[in-house]
Amino acid sequence: MLRQNMNKNQLLQWINEVSFAVTEMTLYLDTHPDDAEALSYFNHFNQERQKALRLYSSTYAPLTLDTAQEENCWRWATEPWPWEGGHC
Amino acid sequence: MWNYEKRLEYPVNIKETNPKIAKFIMSQYGGPDGEISASLRYLSQRYAMPYREVMGILTDIGTEEMAHFEMVATIVHQLTRNLTPEEIKESGFGEYYIDHTLGIWPQAAGGIPQNACEFQVKGDPITDIMEDMAADGAIV
Repeated sequence: MLRQNMNKNQLLQWINEVSFAVTEMTLYLDTHPDDAEALSYFNHFNQERQKALRLYSSTYAPLTLDTAQEENCWRWATEPWPWEGGHC
Repeated sequence: MWNYEKRLEYPVNIKETNPKIAKFIMSQYGGPDGEISASLRYLSQRYAMPYREVMGILTDIGTEEMAHFEMVATIVHQLTRNLTPEEIKESGFGEYYIDHTLGIWPQAAGGIPQNACEFQVKGDPITDIMEDMAADGAIV
């Protein structure tokens, strides 16, 4: 569950988990578009994902341009890239 | 239209380099059944697909394959970081290094470049889905 006191790695791990749920439910819903239970599962984790991505951007640096709110520096390019490692 | 998300689909943190294994794993990036071929296969087949559900799933799986090829490239990159000239020669990574140094180039383990001849798009749903099963079934 999303908590305000998560550290950087914990928050990224949470984003990875809820994103996995969203990705897999997307594939399922493509071929089962009327499954009410799947729709509510998708909506729940999609909202959790958006919340977590906004929190990560405001606390650390943006992971998506949709959640980027940059004031003093364009951290999108200057913060580490995913292939450099060092994340959870 | 696509948007980039600045994280790996699953984290990759490799501590020790190993250029010999990197050369094998590279096939999953640019080899005949690698992730780039998978992505191009699904994203190219969707235009002639007559079923809306399958258009959707080809789009979303083709997109997810891009996340896979980023993970595989990251594995190869982290396995080959900061190699010494001796390590490159001894591991058999020299043939790759001479053309690409430590850059990531889409090739099969045997050095064959990534190539659209490795997959098929026929505009016929049964033919295309059989081709998908042959390719993705080969790498399970």
